[in-house]
Amino acid sequence: MEETHQRKKKKVASFWSWVVASIIFRLILIYFPKNLNLAARPEVSTPLTSLRRLAEGFWLKQSSMSPYAGSMYHGSPLLLSLLGPLTVKRIEGQPNHLFFSLLSVIADVCSAMLIRATGKKLQMAYSYSLKSLGLLTQLGSSEILSSGDIAALVYLWNPFTIVTCVGLSTSPIENLAVILCLFGACSRLVPLAAFGWVISTHLSLYPAILIIPVVFLLGYGPDAPPRKLFMKEKYSKNLDESPSEGLMQPKLPIGFSWRPVIYFVFWALLWSVYVLVLCSISLKQYGGLQEMFTSTYGFILTVEDLSPNIGALWYFFAEVFDFFRNFFLIVFHVNILVMILPLAIRLNHRPCFLAFVYIAISSMLKSYPSVGDSALYLGLLGLFVNQLADMQFSFFLFCGYVGVSLLSPVMHNLWIWRGTGNANFYFATATVYACLQTILVVESVSAMLNHDRKLRKLRVAKPEDAKS
Amino acid sequence: MALLQRFIFLLLFMMTYQLLPCTGSILEEEFTEELLLKPLPDRKVLAHFHFQTKAPPSSSNGRHHHLFPKAISQLVQKFQVKEMELSFTQGRWSYERWGGFDPMPSNNAKPPGVELWAVFDVPQNQIDASWKNLTHTLSGLFCASINFLESSTTYSAPEWGFPPASRNLRYGTLPREAVCTENLTPWLKLLPCRDKSGLSALLDRPSIYRGFYHSQRLRLISTGPGLGGMAGIILEQTLTVVLQPNGRRTIVAHSGEAPVQPSWSMSSIFGRKVNGRCVLAKSSNVYLQFDRGLAKELKNHQNENKDSGTNNLASEDFWNNPGFELSVKPDGVFEEINGLHSESSSVLYKFSMEKYSESEPCDLSFKWKIPVVWSCKQAPLHATRFLMGSGNERGAIAISLKSTELTEGFLGANSVDDGCKVQVNIFQVVPWYVKVYFHSLRVSVDQQLKAPADVIEKIHVSPSKDKVSPGVMEMILKLPCTVKSASLSIDFDKGFLHIDEYPPDANQGFDIPSAVISFPKFHASLIFPKDDSLNESPMLSKFQQKNPVMSYTEVLLVPLTTPDFSMPYNVITITCTVFALYFGSLLNVLRRRVAEEERLLKSKAATKTNRLSLLLSKLSAKLRGKPWEPPSSPQPTSSFISSKLVLRVILVAGIAMVWQYYFS
Repeated sequence: MEETHQRKKKKVASFWSWVVASIIFRLILIYFPKNLNLAARPEVSTPLTSLRRLAEGFWLKQSSMSPYAGSMYHGSPLLLSLLGPLTVKRIEGQPNHLFFSLLSVIADVCSAMLIRATGKKLQMAYSYSLKSLGLLTQLGSSEILSSGDIAALVYLWNPFTIVTCVGLSTSPIENLAVILCLFGACSRLVPLAAFGWVISTHLSLYPAILIIPVVFLLGYGPDAPPRKLFMKEKYSKNLDESPSEGLMQPKLPIGFSWRPVIYFVFWALLWSVYVLVLCSISLKQYGGLQEMFTSTYGFILTVEDLSPNIGALWYFFAEVFDFFRNFFLIVFHVNILVMILPLAIRLNHRPCFLAFVYIAISSMLKSYPSVGDSALYLGLLGLFVNQLADMQFSFFLFCGYVGVSLLSPVMHNLWIWRGTGNANFYFATATVYACLQTILVVESVSAMLNHDRKLRKLRVAKPEDAKS
Repeated sequence: MALLQRFIFLLLFMMTYQLLPCTGSILEEEFTEELLLKPLPDRKVLAHFHFQTKAPPSSSNGRHHHLFPKAISQLVQKFQVKEMELSFTQGRWSYERWGGFDPMPSNNAKPPGVELWAVFDVPQNQIDASWKNLTHTLSGLFCASINFLESSTTYSAPEWGFPPASRNLRYGTLPREAVCTENLTPWLKLLPCRDKSGLSALLDRPSIYRGFYHSQRLRLISTGPGLGGMAGIILEQTLTVVLQPNGRRTIVAHSGEAPVQPSWSMSSIFGRKVNGRCVLAKSSNVYLQFDRGLAKELKNHQNENKDSGTNNLASEDFWNNPGFELSVKPDGVFEEINGLHSESSSVLYKFSMEKYSESEPCDLSFKWKIPVVWSCKQAPLHATRFLMGSGNERGAIAISLKSTELTEGFLGANSVDDGCKVQVNIFQVVPWYVKVYFHSLRVSVDQQLKAPADVIEKIHVSPSKDKVSPGVMEMILKLPCTVKSASLSIDFDKGFLHIDEYPPDANQGFDIPSAVISFPKFHASLIFPKDDSLNESPMLSKFQQKNPVMSYTEVLLVPLTTPDFSMPYNVITITCTVFALYFGSLLNVLRRRVAEEERLLKSKAATKTNRLSLLLSKLSAKLRGKPWEPPSSPQPTSSFISSKLVLRVILVAGIAMVWQYYFS
C-alpha cells in the first residue's frame, strides 16, 4: 500500500515536471527570432485562425471601418476586441507578439489541465463500470493507465500543438473552448458545457455537431460499456438474489435523464443570446450580425479562399469546373453530417469517444484545416488509451503522421518558393494526410467496438466460469 | 503677312457660316490643331500633337454637328459624362531624363496600357451602370478591350486621391493592353481632316510607333447643358511621342566633350512634311519649345561668344544664334513669364502653317551647331515603386521617394523654417489577388523608421474584396522639406485563383497598375506673355492651367503561383476517391457484425422476412408452372435472389417502355 502510494506520488511529480518542461520549451521557442516564421506557414495559420489577419481586422476597426471590409478577417468580433489590443502592444526588445504568445501558452496549459480532469472522470467511470460488471479482475490483469495524465502530456508535447501555440494562430483558444465544453459535460457542469459549446461554435462553426455527444454525456453520464450488459447484470441479479452481488452499487447508468439536457438547452440559448448581443453591440455601426454571419460562417461554407492548406478542398475547388462548384460544396459538407447519425447510434454509450470521432472527422473534412485541429483530436485520443489498446495500424499511423508532417513543408517549399515543384506534389501530401486521418478514425472506431465486444464476451463467459 | 492671311481666311470662314440657315448662335464649333516639338536632353525629340474640337452648348443644329464627331457627342449625351479621359500608352515616360515638372509630363505622361477615368453627372446609384455602358461603348469606338474595365474588380472609385476629386469619379486601368494602329485609326477618325491634311498628316504609322514613348489621349469636358439641353463639349485629342532622330551622322565636334546632338527635321523624324493646314481648322501652328535648362545653356553660350550681344534668346537675332540653326523663320518668339524660377525661362518659337501648301510644304529642321548638355526640371521627389520578397506566397510593395535637385534648390532655401513640409499625395489601386495588409504599412524618412501617424496626414483605404473589388489606398504624406529619401512599404499575400481566372499566359505574372504620385502644392504651369495670337492657342492655355505636378510609377509584375492546368479530372477523381474511402470504410466498420451477432440477427430477421420470401417463392413457382416446394435452408435465398432479379429486370424494362412511350 505504502509502495503504491509512493509510486503515485512519484508519478504526479513527474507529470508536473513534464508540464513545466513543456511550458519552458514553448517559451524558448517564442524567444526565437521571428517565431521561426511559423506564423506564415499554411499548416499553422489558416485564413480563419491567422493572427495577422486578426491584426488587419483590428486595424480596420480602429480606423472606423468594418473589420469585415475586404476579405481579410473572418473571425469573431469578440476575439477582435479581446485579442486585437494584444496585436498592437509591443515591448522594446521583446518578441513582437509576446502577449499573444503568452496567452496561447496559458490556453494550452489550461486545455491540458482540463483534458487531465476529463480523463480522471472518464477513468473513474471506466473502472467503476468494470467493477459493477465484475470484470475488473479479468481485464485488469494489467493495471488501468491514468489516461488523463497521458492525454494531457500528449496534448502538451504534441509537436502540432507546440507549433500552433508558437505560430501565432487562434487555434489554441478554439481548442480550449471545445475542451471546456467536453469537460463541463463530463463533470456535469451544465452552464460551463453550454458556454464551451456556444463559444466553440461561434468561433469555428464545426463544433456545433458536438451537441449530440454533450447531450448524451449529460443524459447518460460518461463513457461506459453498452447498457445491455448492465441490463443483463440487473436481470441476473434479480434472478440470483445472491447477497454477494448486493454489494454492487444500486445506481447503474440506465435510462436517460432529461433534466440536465433541458438545463443545457436553456443555458445554451442563454449563452448564445448573450454572445450574439455582444457581437451586435461591437458591430453596431457597421454591417451588423448579417455581415458577421456571411463573412464568418459563409466564408467557411463556401470555401472562398483557395490558398493551399493541409486539407484537400482548396485544390479541388481551384480545379473543379464552376458549374459543379455548388454541387460539390453540398456533397462535402453533407459528408460530415451524414456520418453523425450512424455514429451516434452505434456509440451512444460512449459520448466522449463520440465527441472525439466527430472532432476528428470535422478536422479532416473542414474547409480550412490546420494542424491545430489535429492537435486537439490527437490529445483527446490519449483519453482512450485503455480502450484502444488493441488498435490496429497504430505504428503505421504514427509513421504516416511523421512522414506527412516532414514531407508537406518540403513539397510546399518546392512549389511556392523554389518554383521547381508542382501543385500536385503538395496536394498529394494533403491527400495522404486525409487518408491517414480516415484510417485513424476508422481504426479507432473499430477498436472501440471490438473492446465492447470483448467486454460482452467476458461478461457472457463470466457466469459460466462462476457456475463451473 | 501670315497673320493677315489668316485673318482674311477667318473672316471668310465666318461669313460662310453666317450664310447658313441657322444663324441664331454666335458660337460656332471650332477645331484647332497644334504641334509642339521639343528637344530632349538624351538626344531625343518630343512631339506633342494637340487637336481640340469644341462644340458650343446649343441645339441650333439639332443632333447634328459641323466638325464635332457625332459619336462622341452621343456618348456624352447618353451617359451624362461630365469629364472623361482615355489614354493609350506604350512605353514609359522617363521622368528623370525627360522632366517631371513641366505641364507636359504632368498632364500627358500616362501609365502604360489603357487608363480611363470619367466623372458622371448622374445620381450615385447609377454611376456604376453608366460606367459599364461607357466602357463598352469606348471599347467599340477604339477597337480596344476597354470592356474589361467593366468588371468591378478592375475599376475603383477614389475619393480624393486622384486629381479631379469627385464622388462621381470612376477610375480604371488595363496595364497590359497593347496599343497599335488599330487604336490610332479610330482616334484619327474623330478629327475633321483625319490624317489627310494638316498636322495630322505627319502621323506616319511606322515612324510614330518606332518611338520610345507613345501616348494617345482623348479628353472630354462637358460644359453643362446649354440652351436646348445640348451640352457644350470640348474634345481634346493629344498624341505624345518621343522619337529618336537619326543619329548616324553624329559629329564629335570637340574630342573629350559630349557629341553634338543629332539634328533633325520633320521629314527625318516623321518621314513626312506638312502640306499646309487642315482647311477646317481655326488655327494650325507648330511650336518649338526650349526647356528652361536648355534655354539657360544656350544663353550662356551666347554670352560667352559675344559679350556685347543681347542676352536674350527671344530677340530677333535667333537667326544667327551660335548654338543651333532653324530652317524656317519663326512667326514669333516668346519667353516664359516666370516669377518663381527666375534663373531661367523657357522659350517658345511659333511657326504658323497657314502659308504652306502642297506645292510648298513645310519641313522644319533643327540643326545643332555645338554640343549642349542640359537637364530637364524634375518633380520635387522622384518616385519609384518596386516589389520586395521572393517566392510566390507573399511579398511587399515599396514606394520610394528620392529628392531631386529641385527640392534641394527650391526647398533648401526654406529649410531654416522647421515647419516647412512637402505634401505628397499617393493613390494606388491593387487588384484583389494582391491581398494587402494595411496594418503593416511602414514609413521611413531618411532611413529612419517613423510611426505612420507622424508622416501620414490623411489616409483612406478601401480593402479589396475577393473577386469583387480591388483595394484602393489614398494617402497624404507630409514630409519635411529637408528630406533626402522616404519610403513606404506594405506587405501583401498573393492570392490563389481558380484555374478559369488565370489569363492564357499565366506564368508571365499579373500587373499591378501604376500608383499616382502628385504634389498638390507644386503647380506645373508655363505662362507665356499675353499676346492675341498665343491666347487663342488651346494647347498653351492648357499649359497655363495650374495643375498639380503628377507622376506615375512603374507597373509592377507580380508572379502568382499556378495550379496544374492540365489535369483537373485527376484532382476531382482523387479527391472523390479519398472521400469515398472515408465514407465507405467508416460505414463498413459501423455495420460490421462478428459471428455470434450475425447469427442473432439472422434468427431475428428470419421471423420477419420469411413470410414475404415464402410468398414470393410461391409466386415465382406458379409463374414457372412448377409445383411449389417448401424451401430448405440454402435454396430459398438463391431462388429468392433470382426471382428478385427477374422482378427488377421487369421493373426496369417496364419503366423504360413507359418512358419511351411518353417521351418519344
